[in-house]
Amino acid sequence: EIDIRLPIGFMFTLLGLLLFIFGLTTSLEINVNLWSGLIMIVFGGLMLLFGLLAKRSKSKKHEIN
Amino acid sequence: MDTSFTLGWVDYTIMVVYFAFVLGIGYALKRYMKSSADFLTGGKSIPAWITGLAFISTNLGALEVMGMAASGAKYGMITTHFYWIGAIPAMIFLGLFMMPFYYGSKARSVPEYLKLRFDEKTRGFNAVSFAIMTIFASGISMYALAMLMETLLGWNFTISIFISALIVLVYTYLGGLKSAIYNEVLQFFLIVIGFLPLVFLGLISIGGWEGLTSQLTELATSQGYSPGAYTETWSAVGHASDNPMGVEWFGLVMGLGFVLSFGYWCTNFLVVQRAMAAGSMSAARKTPLIGALPKMFIPFLVIVPGMIAIALTSDPNSGFALPIKGNSYDYDKVIPMMLGYYFPTGVLGLGLTALMASFMSGMAGNVTAFNTVWTYDIYQSYISPDRSDKHYLRVGQMATVFGILVSIGAAYMARLFNNVMDFLQLIFAFINAPLFATFLLGMFWRRTTGNGAFFGLLSGTAAAAIHHGLTQPAGATSLIKGGWLGTVVQTYPSEMAQNFWTGIFAFFTCFLLTVIISLLTKQTKTKEDLTGLVYSLTPRIKDESKHWYQRPQFLAIIVGIIAIVLSIIFW
Repeated sequence: EIDIRLPIGFMFTLLGLLLFIFGLTTSLEINVNLWSGLIMIVFGGLMLLFGLLAKRSKSKKHEIN
Repeated sequence: MDTSFTLGWVDYTIMVVYFAFVLGIGYALKRYMKSSADFLTGGKSIPAWITGLAFISTNLGALEVMGMAASGAKYGMITTHFYWIGAIPAMIFLGLFMMPFYYGSKARSVPEYLKLRFDEKTRGFNAVSFAIMTIFASGISMYALAMLMETLLGWNFTISIFISALIVLVYTYLGGLKSAIYNEVLQFFLIVIGFLPLVFLGLISIGGWEGLTSQLTELATSQGYSPGAYTETWSAVGHASDNPMGVEWFGLVMGLGFVLSFGYWCTNFLVVQRAMAAGSMSAARKTPLIGALPKMFIPFLVIVPGMIAIALTSDPNSGFALPIKGNSYDYDKVIPMMLGYYFPTGVLGLGLTALMASFMSGMAGNVTAFNTVWTYDIYQSYISPDRSDKHYLRVGQMATVFGILVSIGAAYMARLFNNVMDFLQLIFAFINAPLFATFLLGMFWRRTTGNGAFFGLLSGTAAAAIHHGLTQPAGATSLIKGGWLGTVVQTYPSEMAQNFWTGIFAFFTCFLLTVIISLLTKQTKTKEDLTGLVYSLTPRIKDESKHWYQRPQFLAIIVGIIAIVLSIIFW
């Protein structure tokens, strides 16, 4: 079955990139879009990483069995 | 201040990407829906961290995000009682003591547990009232979302209704409960990330936590409350007149902390269903405990923005003011107003999408709970038993469509007859108030009989209605607020205090009458019938976790300690 971490990670990375680029090219003088985008990219990346690691260890176990 | 927004292309892109992922998850799960159990119970195969986050997310619907932010502005930090004493003890109790019966009994729903433990009439009463209640709750979510979109973005009410209904319908129809749960996890993270910048910017602009507390202390004393009424949780509940919520400690602890919170978190199938979908007994027990961890910190995401909004409104130089509604502020506008005040195009789209996600998770949660109860507890039990599993899978899918259509009807009903919805919610509150007494006696006293449970439940509901009919909150102007029996024997300082005491009366009436009727009637269930359903007749379960720190008991201790520490910090 699908590992929910992968679509979550992919969506947040995609939206983060969109916000980051939008903030870069276009509230206490904080570039909210840029920083929010960056946080989302990091979060999405971590989710993707955990999802891929889990997938890898599952397929290794499957091979051993 | 203007309460409408103009969105840019980037905001709409964020919404479209979110909708695409939500629908994609439903589509990806479609091929795994081979049996009614896959569709209606998630195949009982979901890991604890997912069911734990879904457990919280399904409750993080429209009422929670918009309503609790409004309460934060209206009552201040005292609103966190709904998250701490009003949730955590009940979630710990559910995880440690009740999940073994729900999960171990192999019941597919909470009403089915009532049938196994008591009898058919108790199950029927719970199943029918719950099914009607969830559909109306889904309709209210839909109505609130459409109203919000109409106010903020000028979207047509009908178009908003049909877009939200169609998206929820597609992903719940394709992937069943599992799709709803997976999307609730996605929605949970979106809500957290969408609202975090709001809290961050709001707090910095007001001078941090110290700046916020000094402004709210001034506001509290100017209104005649104790200085910590808006910024502390326990110091101002010694007397009802000391705090803006108008509640005192006994009503708060017994009414909210015991009767209402245990009644909701331990018996409401909407949230218990998430734990019942877990892959093992251990995962099912950990579900509410994992959910309790983020639950304790959600006040900082939804209540603090409300507190910031009222602090900014009370400062004439801030440039921010909540709109006026009648002779008070329109507190329901807190979140949208704050989003518009702090967020530029881009993050504004993210915040609005998070808001839509909260409405949709509430809708989907109600619809998936409805289709399970309808299929297993009503259709299979009373209308068409002994059919093939394929038939029940089809009925479950059709119930999803039917549930969404009735929700749309309920949304229009809410728009046309607002008082009717208030009345229905009042009736549901009467039905829910005594429910925990029935479960408590059923699980922990083997002598409780089916007749005792059924008539105890009815008498508890009647007690709630009679108490409401004989009492009123101060300043009540309509009978929907109480006093409809003609004589008012008690006037409570606030509606909240009246609700807490209605719950207390209902619980104790149900408890006492269930015990008395059970002692006067014959127990028809044998010892064998009750094994796995009653504490004294169920072998102690040995947790399969490898390490002591993975066990539910350890998690419960951690959750309890954090809740106590938070309560002390914000005493």
